[in-house]
Amino acid sequence: MAEFDRADVVIIGGGVVGCAIFRRLALAGLKPLLLEAGEDILSGASKGNSAILHTGFDAPPGSLEVVCMQAGYREYQAIRNRLNLPLVETGALVVAWNEEQLARLPAIVAQAHQNGVEDVTQISAEELRQREPQLAPHALGAVRVPGEHIIDPWSAPLAYALQGLAHGGRIRRGCTVSGGSFDGAWSLVTERGRITAGLVINAAGNFGDRVEAICRESPFKITPRKGQFVVFDKPAAQLVKSIILPVPTERTKGIVICRTAFGNLLVGPTAEDQETRDVAEVDEQALAMLIAKGQEMLPGLAEIGVNAVYAGLRPATQFKDYQISAQPERRWITVGGIRSTGLTAALGIAGQVGDLVAQHFHPMEESAPTWTPVPNLCEERPRPYQIGGEIVCHCEWVTRGEIEAALTGPLPAGDVGGLKRRTRAMMGRCQGFYCSAQVAAIAEGRITL
Amino acid sequence: MIERDVIILGAGPAGLSAAAELARLKVGKIAVLDREQAAGGIPRHCGHLGYGWNEFRRIMTGPAYARRLAETAGAAELKLGVTALRLEPGGVVQTTGAEGPQAWRGRAVLLALGARETPRSARLVSGARPWGVMNTGALQQFVYLHGKRPFERPVIIGSELVAFSTLLTLRHVKVRPAAMIEAGRRITAQRPGDWIARLAFGVPVLLDTRLIRILGHERVEGVEVDRGNGPERLDCDGVVFTGRFRPENALLAGSHLAVDPGTRGPAIDQLWRCSDPAYFAAGNLLRGIETAGQCWREGQAAARIIAATLLGKLAPPAASVPVQAAGALAYVYPQRLTAEDPIDPELLFFARARAATKGAIVLRGDDTVIWSRQIDALPERRIAWPVSPKDLQAHKSITVSLEPQA
Repeated sequence: MAEFDRADVVIIGGGVVGCAIFRRLALAGLKPLLLEAGEDILSGASKGNSAILHTGFDAPPGSLEVVCMQAGYREYQAIRNRLNLPLVETGALVVAWNEEQLARLPAIVAQAHQNGVEDVTQISAEELRQREPQLAPHALGAVRVPGEHIIDPWSAPLAYALQGLAHGGRIRRGCTVSGGSFDGAWSLVTERGRITAGLVINAAGNFGDRVEAICRESPFKITPRKGQFVVFDKPAAQLVKSIILPVPTERTKGIVICRTAFGNLLVGPTAEDQETRDVAEVDEQALAMLIAKGQEMLPGLAEIGVNAVYAGLRPATQFKDYQISAQPERRWITVGGIRSTGLTAALGIAGQVGDLVAQHFHPMEESAPTWTPVPNLCEERPRPYQIGGEIVCHCEWVTRGEIEAALTGPLPAGDVGGLKRRTRAMMGRCQGFYCSAQVAAIAEGRITL
Repeated sequence: MIERDVIILGAGPAGLSAAAELARLKVGKIAVLDREQAAGGIPRHCGHLGYGWNEFRRIMTGPAYARRLAETAGAAELKLGVTALRLEPGGVVQTTGAEGPQAWRGRAVLLALGARETPRSARLVSGARPWGVMNTGALQQFVYLHGKRPFERPVIIGSELVAFSTLLTLRHVKVRPAAMIEAGRRITAQRPGDWIARLAFGVPVLLDTRLIRILGHERVEGVEVDRGNGPERLDCDGVVFTGRFRPENALLAGSHLAVDPGTRGPAIDQLWRCSDPAYFAAGNLLRGIETAGQCWREGQAAARIIAATLLGKLAPPAASVPVQAAGALAYVYPQRLTAEDPIDPELLFFARARAATKGAIVLRGDDTVIWSRQIDALPERRIAWPVSPKDLQAHKSITVSLEPQA
């Protein structure tokens, strides 16, 4: 098979983690090449999460995960204004709904303090009611985590990717790596030919163990864990200010109620192990259960319509912690098992990977960054419709100009999902009843609807 | 602030017929605002025949009907591509559009915002989310406005009247659906749906059949249905979810106007007035779906009330009597009666059942039965009956109840 491309550093996987690593290495002048199997970035695990920027208050103390989350949290705050990324400052409340859960709140506070999240406190049922009067009255108390916030889960990685591109990185989409061989450099097999790489970084998400097998017997096995979500219409976001978290169990953080950066409210996720890596189906019973649970905690939801439902896959492994390591003799870096905290941790993970690259492979020299601000989709910041224009998507107030912009530029939408994530078009309460044919006409010849 | 005597939000059948009637009655400056780039509302993309008989004594296609409506409203100012963002007390409407943000104030504002179908998401259907799943409204736009054929062999979910519009729309681009699927025992549509079904172009109508899952990842590959014997696969390359209309009520949710949780539309009195008397409502915003002809009649009736109000012939609303739905009814409207004599001699009540119910519909004033009738109600069919308002106004509350047979 002929050589098709070459690069000093190849990153496999264009999810939030791959995009953040891409940005970090591009900023250091390494001109990385990012390969994404899907038609657009964020086609796998990163397309469906809860969009929370976590403090790490409940992460396992001393874990790599908490280190990456907290570094990611700080860096996001530091760069977000330059990239025009939102931060909806909600805070979170871990709510105890029974005596047993109430008894576990002090331990949650203690763990938060151990993780360095000092502003976490326990609050009484009365204070909880004052803060969240719409919550069902049987709540017994809560742990307040002021630093947990909401972000835009798709614009952030898009901004990382765009900044990487601005610094000389390249992205190939629709490019699946199916194998490879090593003889001092990597020769990766793709359907379009071989790609030669001086260093490979595996950020393949739900396919992480399979990609790892190109280099070595994978030390971890991925069991995708499905999380289904229900997105309620915008009036629901008036019902709560904070993110409402349950007292977690061993297995999952449980069902969360949280606003979105786009002005909706979501309830989820479920936690269901499955074999399939690339498809997450919703299921009627689970969705009905989520709605019932949501209404149980927040009775006002009964009056509000469902806009969207979705399912995401988290790349869970047999280990609790992230699997990040370098194989210097094989010129390979593994970034695996990045669970639902990956959105928060991505920039921190990229920092870790940058350190591994500097330690084993290439010097990392920071240059003055070129900033690549992304279009804002968040209701809390100015949006184009407020200035004016032809509105195409009436539910989410998306202008023709925004759709056109998402179809052009250095990283245009690669498929319908990518267009929706970049603009919100067709993601509102009517799900395309009014605008899908027109959006298809605008996108004609560029993406197929 | 842009000031008009009447501002009409929505240039569909209700809004345009109101505009025509207000122009005829010469009540002053009228503006019709619509967020789309063309007037006519939903009929604009119903390219088949079936419109206009009641209004114009001609059978017309949707687009011809939409054009005709716009012509009849020609004396009113029509502003297209204007999106209402917020409704504020006293008839103030904040908008945006090509000309940027604007504030409008009408002495009266008529809400004629229409309705849309329930999408797949809100029906909680299992499966992945492949391309090829849409509502009739989107399908019509693909076919009639953009000349596209989004699939070759879809299934149609539901059998309300609109499902037959789906059939006609598909036939226009020579697409024969794999099946029409209805969860109930019989099709929901009344005439002409039943005879369109009989002539249904060889499309099997599967009654008592529940959609359980959509198959396919990138594109639809089939559906799983249950006909009483467990899951069965049906090959298809698209799914059209029809009907289950709901008011396009997002503007109400953020506003000061009272909304009826049953209809999900604005709560009105018998004179089309919302809880803020500067606002009136007519057409499908009130409840979901009725025919274009019915919306047209309502727009005209509301226009007469608006005219009477603005010309000083009708006093502001006084104390009102609530009208409540009970038993197996999902809703009833108007949701309250005010003391004035309505301009029409007979008052129409509209109601809908929550589920298929055989029984009696009973109208009570306080605890006295005023009117009652045996009916066989289906959830997607309206129940409507006229009542003389004189029988009602002496009571403190009105209850309308659908009471199943024992």
